[in-house]
Amino acid sequence: MALLEVHNMTHWFGGLRAVHNFNLTLEAGQIRGLIGPNGAGKTTIFNLITGIYHPTEGRVVLDGEDITALSPNQIADRGMSRTFQNLRLWRYLTVLEHVKMARYSKLTYGLVGAFFDTPKREAEEKASTEMAMELLELVGVAHWADQLVTSLPYGAQRRVELARALATEPKVLLLDEPTAGMNPEELIQMMEIIRKVHSQFGMAIFLIEHRMKFVMELCEIIQTLNFGEVIAEGTPDEIRNNPVVIEAYLGKEVET
Amino acid sequence: MEFFLQNLVNALQWGSFYSLIAIGYSMVYGVLLLFNFAHGDIFMVGAYIGFFVSTALLAVFGTGAFGLPTGVSLAVVLVLTLIISMLLNSIVGMLVERIGYRPLRDAPRASAAITGLMIGIILETGNLILLGPQRRLFPELIPTQTIELAGVSITNKKMLIVGVSLLLTLALHQYVRRSKWGMAMRAMAYDYVVVPLMGIPTNAVALLTFGLGSALAAAAGILYGTAYPVLDPNMGILFGWKAFVAAILGGRGSILGAGLAGFLLGFIEIFVATIFPSTMRNLIAFGIILVILTFRPHGFFGEPHSARLRL
Repeated sequence: MALLEVHNMTHWFGGLRAVHNFNLTLEAGQIRGLIGPNGAGKTTIFNLITGIYHPTEGRVVLDGEDITALSPNQIADRGMSRTFQNLRLWRYLTVLEHVKMARYSKLTYGLVGAFFDTPKREAEEKASTEMAMELLELVGVAHWADQLVTSLPYGAQRRVELARALATEPKVLLLDEPTAGMNPEELIQMMEIIRKVHSQFGMAIFLIEHRMKFVMELCEIIQTLNFGEVIAEGTPDEIRNNPVVIEAYLGKEVET
Repeated sequence: MEFFLQNLVNALQWGSFYSLIAIGYSMVYGVLLLFNFAHGDIFMVGAYIGFFVSTALLAVFGTGAFGLPTGVSLAVVLVLTLIISMLLNSIVGMLVERIGYRPLRDAPRASAAITGLMIGIILETGNLILLGPQRRLFPELIPTQTIELAGVSITNKKMLIVGVSLLLTLALHQYVRRSKWGMAMRAMAYDYVVVPLMGIPTNAVALLTFGLGSALAAAAGILYGTAYPVLDPNMGILFGWKAFVAAILGGRGSILGAGLAGFLLGFIEIFVATIFPSTMRNLIAFGIILVILTFRPHGFFGEPHSARLRL
């Protein structure tokens, strides 16, 4: 049994079929990619898997448990984490606070700890800060830990978001266009960071990307989506040379 | 000077009520971006719950029913009344959120505002139907003692009211700043889509926010009852609107801002009433606030175009 399985998932927005019959098998430790033209339904699939939307038909199974009907926080508790295509950071919080916030559902000190500096609070806060700093170190923004997140360069903000996603200790990590808006140099850095994260924690990663170089180098298996349907699935080489994929991206050659 | 100090003491007491109610307004806005226009009536419900709880406690302790000791001091009754009523009223607040506002989480803002007004009317008229139109006399839980200090007469009630409201405000501030639920509340105010992905249930945070706000409103109701012991079903309307103004003045979403603005509104009202005819009180007091808001439309601690829970 694979770590994350999606069976025959279909989703309708009113009269629009955004996703049709989507299947996914993500093994533990695997990196998979999802590509496709704008509006193909990639982010919708992420939202369906993480519980932000619930699919009209089909099932999502995480680690043997059916999570289709669960709410986003329950799914997060079971070990799924994600980043967003458009950065969704909290404006007035510092970099460190972002990562610590993601750890807060794991804190256990109660009302007494909220008002007094109990040993338990101190110990938990210390552990939480240390863990957060390690993650910030890993993604290379530790020196900005006390800065407000809005004062960071764009590429660094994306890395903060990644660190926040990692702080929940996910088994499955979903990355929605992790290099969107990045320059080529930042793109290379991000690729290295994801490799590093993957080799250190070994979680399964499912990512959406537009930059072919990025997807081709990182992913073992790539799915191509067009109009909500998977039109091709295979290794990077297979996808690169697949005429259906080329057609979806570039259009059909006019026959003369 | 004595005249000034005397009015200062009165204003502190009067502002305490506004403060406690305004914090509930501001906190709910900070987390859920909606004004709970039923909040003034939740204050009224809190005062009535306090009335029933304290009356029941006095009866129980007076007769020694349930094997409880008789001759318990009034201070104990007051503390128990505060705690029990705050708990009960927080349940009322959570019910309002669950039944009234949660179905409207993604609806336009106007729907939530109209719902709030409607819930307020239901609470007022529901009270009229259940309890009848006659006013209730809040039991005397602390016999008034007056202390003369530098020519200013301070009653023990006033000290209690101001003390309890300051204590609750600071406690809430501390809670939101340092507890993990407080962190969740602040995160939810910044971007509520992400919060569940951190494993935090947003509905629970919303319930907690309403619960805390309503608990403070109950405290305000009981303190009001000890100072002005006549309760009627419409007592929450004017108080609610004025506290709403205080919440705006303090800066939407700011707990300490709402607390301070509540006191400021108390000062303005009391001093206007001592200098001008008291019929002019609201006119002049709100005129002053209008001028302040003209120059600082986002309030003291608010930021332009933002409405997040801040400390």
